[in-house]
This record gives sequence, C-alpha cells and structure tokens, in this order.
Amino acid sequence: MRQYTPKNDIQKKSYHTDRFYVAPTLAKEPVSNDSTFASDLSSLSNVVEVKDAYIQAGHLVIYINKEDNVSAIKHLKEIRAYNYMMELSAIDYIATQGGFEIFYEMLSMSKHKRLRVKCFVAKDDAIASVEPLFRMADWSEREMFDMYGVTVKNHPYMKRLLMPDDWQGHPLLKTYPLIGDEAAQWYEVDKIFGKEARDVIGPELRDAAQVDRYDTQRFARLGHEVPKGTDITNGNEPDTPIRYQEEGGVKLFGKTLVTPFDEIETKQLKERK
Amino acid sequence: MQQINRLKPFFENISFDRDDNTMVVNFGPQHPSAHGQLRLILELQGEEITKAHPDVGYLHRGMEKMGENMIYNEFLPTTDRMDYIAATSNNYGYALAVEKLIGVEAPRRAEVIRTMLLELNRIISHLFWLATHALDVGAMSVFLYAFREREFAMDLMEDYCGARLTHSAVRIGGVPLDLPDDWIYNLEKFIVTLTEQLEVYEGLLNQNRIWKMRLENVGIISPEMARQWGLTGPSLRASGIKWDLRKEMPYGLYPELDFDIPTSDKCDSYGRYLCHMAEMRESMKILKQLVPMYNDSDTQLMAHSPQYISCTKEEMMTQNYSLMQHFVLVTQGMRPPVGEVYVATESPKGELGFYINSDGSPYPYKLKLRAPSFWHTGILQDILPGHQLADVVTIIGNLNIVFGEIDR
Repeated sequence: MRQYTPKNDIQKKSYHTDRFYVAPTLAKEPVSNDSTFASDLSSLSNVVEVKDAYIQAGHLVIYINKEDNVSAIKHLKEIRAYNYMMELSAIDYIATQGGFEIFYEMLSMSKHKRLRVKCFVAKDDAIASVEPLFRMADWSEREMFDMYGVTVKNHPYMKRLLMPDDWQGHPLLKTYPLIGDEAAQWYEVDKIFGKEARDVIGPELRDAAQVDRYDTQRFARLGHEVPKGTDITNGNEPDTPIRYQEEGGVKLFGKTLVTPFDEIETKQLKERK
Repeated sequence: MQQINRLKPFFENISFDRDDNTMVVNFGPQHPSAHGQLRLILELQGEEITKAHPDVGYLHRGMEKMGENMIYNEFLPTTDRMDYIAATSNNYGYALAVEKLIGVEAPRRAEVIRTMLLELNRIISHLFWLATHALDVGAMSVFLYAFREREFAMDLMEDYCGARLTHSAVRIGGVPLDLPDDWIYNLEKFIVTLTEQLEVYEGLLNQNRIWKMRLENVGIISPEMARQWGLTGPSLRASGIKWDLRKEMPYGLYPELDFDIPTSDKCDSYGRYLCHMAEMRESMKILKQLVPMYNDSDTQLMAHSPQYISCTKEEMMTQNYSLMQHFVLVTQGMRPPVGEVYVATESPKGELGFYINSDGSPYPYKLKLRAPSFWHTGILQDILPGHQLADVVTIIGNLNIVFGEIDR
C-alpha cells in the first residue's frame, strides 16, 4: 500500500525515519526553579488566564488565550519590566491543529531575562495588534501577515511587507509549494505585457540551471556538436569525437599548437624572479 | 498627466500635480546610497520630508522557508547571505542556537577561533560602515583608507577559510580548521596597522566641520523610541542605553574577556559614529587577549557528540561505525530533540537572534531569523519626517543597515 502523504503539509520530509525512533525532548523545568520567573508568572496569572508555563533552555514559556495577548504583554511590559519585544511571528500548525501559534519573544533589560508568550489562533481568526505597546510590532505583524496570512486587528497599516502587494498566497505556510507554480511562472509576463503576450514570450524559466536537450541555439552537446539553431529533434545528430590537441588530435595550419617538451632547449631559472 | 498602460506603468515620482503642493519621490530601489535594495517613498514639502515609507522586500529570498526545508548543516552557508558584511557572526549565531538545542558545547580552541573571527568580522563590518557612510556624506578619502584596512582584515579571513565575504567559517559543534601558521603573527601586525590608521580616520573626521554639520543633530533617536522600535547594537548604545549582549547576557568566551561597552548620550548620528569607532578599539582589545588563550588551548576543534556531529576524519577513515554514522548525518541529517530555543548574539549590527522550533525531524519546523537591521529600517518612517532630503543619505548610512538580513 502506498504511504499516505498529507496534502496540507507539502514541505520536505526526511526520506527515512526509523519506525521505532522516539525523538527526545528538550528538558522542561517547572517555573518554581527560577524565583524571578516564578514571581513574574504569579503576577501575570492574576491578570490573565495562564494555560501552561514552563522553563525551556533558560526561557520562560507562557501559554495564554489569544484574547488576552494585549493585556498580558501590557502587564509584562509595564509592571514586570519586560521592556523589549524582540521578535514575534507565527508557527503554522494548520495541518495538525487547524491554526497558528503566535509567539512573542520578550526581554527584560533590568532582570536580564527572556520570556516567550504564546497563544493559539484558529485559521480564519484574527489577533489583536500589540503595536500600541511596541512600535516594532508594526513591521513584525505586517511580516507575519505577509508570510502566514494571520490577520491582525487594529494594526495601523495592514499590508504585505516583503512580498509584492498583489501576491497570491502566503509563502511560509506549510501548504505553499516549494517550486514555482503555474501562476508564478506567468506572473511577470502577465503583469508587464498582459495575458495576450503569453504565446509570444513564453513562461519564465525558473530553473536557471535547466538545460534543454534539443535547444541548439544556447546549448551544445559535447561529442555531438551541430551548427547553431539546427533542428535535432528528429535524432539527426552527427558524432563529433572529442580530440585533444595535446594528444595530437586537433591540428591548425598543419601543425599542433602545443610543442612537445624539450628538455635540452628549455631554459630554467636559478631563482624565482 | 501620465498616460498609463501596461508597458508604461505609473511612476509616483513624476506626479507633480498633487493638491497640497507636496511631491512624492522614490528613493531607490536602485540608489547608490540606499545600501542595497531599499525603496523609500518620500513625501516632500520643498526639501523637507513630511512622510517616509520604507518599502522592503527587493532582496527577499525566503531564507526562513529555505531553512525549513534543509537539514541543519545544510542551512549554515545560507546564513552567510544574511549580513554578508560580517558573515561569520551569522554562522556563529546559527551554530550557537543549534548547539543549544542539541546540548553540545564547542571545544575551547574552537571557541577561541570563533571569537577571534567574530571580532575580526566586527572590525570588517565597522570599517565597511565607516567607508560607505563617509562616502555617502562626501568624505571620499576616508572611504579609500578604510577599505584598504578592511582588505587586510579580509586577507586574514581568506587565509583562515579561503573565502572573503561568505565565510561559513563556523560549523555546528566547533570550527572545521585550525589557524594556519603565521595567522596570529599577521593578526598582530594588522592590529598595529589598524590602531595607527584609526587615528588617521578620526583625525580626518572627528573635528571636521562638514562631517559634524552633516552628522550632529541629524537622525535623533530618543531612548524611548529606540526601545519602542527594538533597536539594538551601536544604534541603541548611542541613545545612551548601555546594553551589549556580550556583556549583559554573555555567551561563549565573553565572560572571560575584558572589554568596555562604548556608549554615547548624544542620540544622533555623530554619537553613533563615535560608538562605532570606539567599538573597533574594543574589538582589537579582545583580539589581543585571545592570542594567549589560543596558545594555551587544547587542539580539539569539533565537539564529540556522535549522535549529532560527524566524527573526525581520522575516525571516519579507520572505524566502520563512525563512517556509517557520518553517512547518516550527511544524507539524513541530525535529529535534534523536540523543543524550541531562541539564542541571541551581538552581531556588529545588533541583536541577531535565531529562533528554532524543532519537532524532532531533521528539518526545523520553524526557523525565525531576528535580524537587527529589520527594525533599523522600520524606524526610518518615524525618524525621517522633519529632516531635509540630504539627511536621508546620512541617516540610512549611519544606521548600518544591510539588506541581506532585512529581507532575508
């Protein structure tokens, strides 16, 4: 029976995984191990509902409801001195959980601690913007929308950031194809010259290293060279054996280009100049 | 009015008939002072900027997507192409993040070599910044001098790894090579040259009237604004906030090294210039301290962790099982534990963070690259309004943005 491959995750997968392989997990410590984090967490849990919290690789990880993201981050920023938002983005779990996990990476300069606030947003749901709290979220949330299609409410300028404004699809989704698709192939032709020019120009060649076996205008087959532009689709390829001049193969004007090495005639320098 | 059709698209920069007498100008994406592919849409009232809108993405290569479809070792050379002015700092940040995920520590000699390369890269990056920034502002000779010294530093990089720009000189778990003979000697010679030359640059610029007029009180970033926009690196330190990850949340060998964090409370472009110059001196101080550390260290270069990191060449050629393990690591890739890490290092531009979410397979489930220049560009929309058009070039050059890491 053929193995079932899910259509909603078309990213590269390992070609072999041992059937009995169980991946180890990076150790999760309880929050009580760190007094700073413990007080941060108890303070935060008075304000919002904390679904889960642990310390992993020195980071406090807090799971909250998506409705609470602004109030939780506001509390962490203003009361708990996490004055820097370092990064925010989404993780695509549509295939397994039907939505995205949004993470906010925060830093406290006074405490020298980092924490990560995470919340889950269903696929067609929206999340509130944290831009009023951290101006940097302006660009991060635009990037998140651009890459994942997560809609952000109350954002001052919700437009794509990295991809062109009229781009279809969101590149970092697990459903996004890894090679240029049909639409991408015609994108620039349609955009600049219009659909009616498709026949004249042809699709964009996405693979720059692609070699067309029958294109004698741009390529020559070693050992089967023909004049430029000759039609060889009918298999009409003469053999042109490869001969090297060193082996006395190619002769120009009656003599070989490379003269054989003459030990007596050759001058040798005593020192390098 | 323009006649718009498909072959002649609408150009914003030639619409002069706006009601409010403002003019919209496209700065870039092909502008020599845009330091890459920055398109800045500026709204001008006379020569004064009333609105600025940075448009990025012209160098977007989808590195995060590439990372999710490559095994961990395979992605390392791609990180070179982020901040290509100081490639090793990206390699190191990535390698450190993966090492934290798999719980491996690089041997001491590898760590010494890495730190040497990192600081050398910081110098290369700052020299490049100085050269191009000075050229943008009009100081042509500084450009030539600074590039000469940068060339010497790049020769050192070339001697070590063979590459000048995209080094890939760091591996996950250590470094691939030991330093060649004479490298330390050449490094010391370079430090002497650069120490002399830095004074020359400063002699040309520090009290230069034109330089000061173009930089002082231009591009003022208040500490609050810097915090809001997530600024890091010299841009943050010039706003009077003493924050350097090498000192505040140290990693690698930095706890053992003695160096200062130069800051400035001028908050303007001139303050950032002073910070950059002082940082080069601090980097040289670190390099000098690393030389005895190198001599005292053991010769092991790669960490021993057969599950994740390939064995040495000798083991590979003599032991069957080592060869098999190496084969699996190369063809299938290492399988790190399930979990997530965020590791930040101080790159020449600021905090360079790598967030890796692993689901236990050889490909990262999510890889987020936190590049400092991204927000150093974003902040342009808040700093530029109120400045003159000529100051745009100063501010862009001064913030030290590199498009390889903005667009990724």
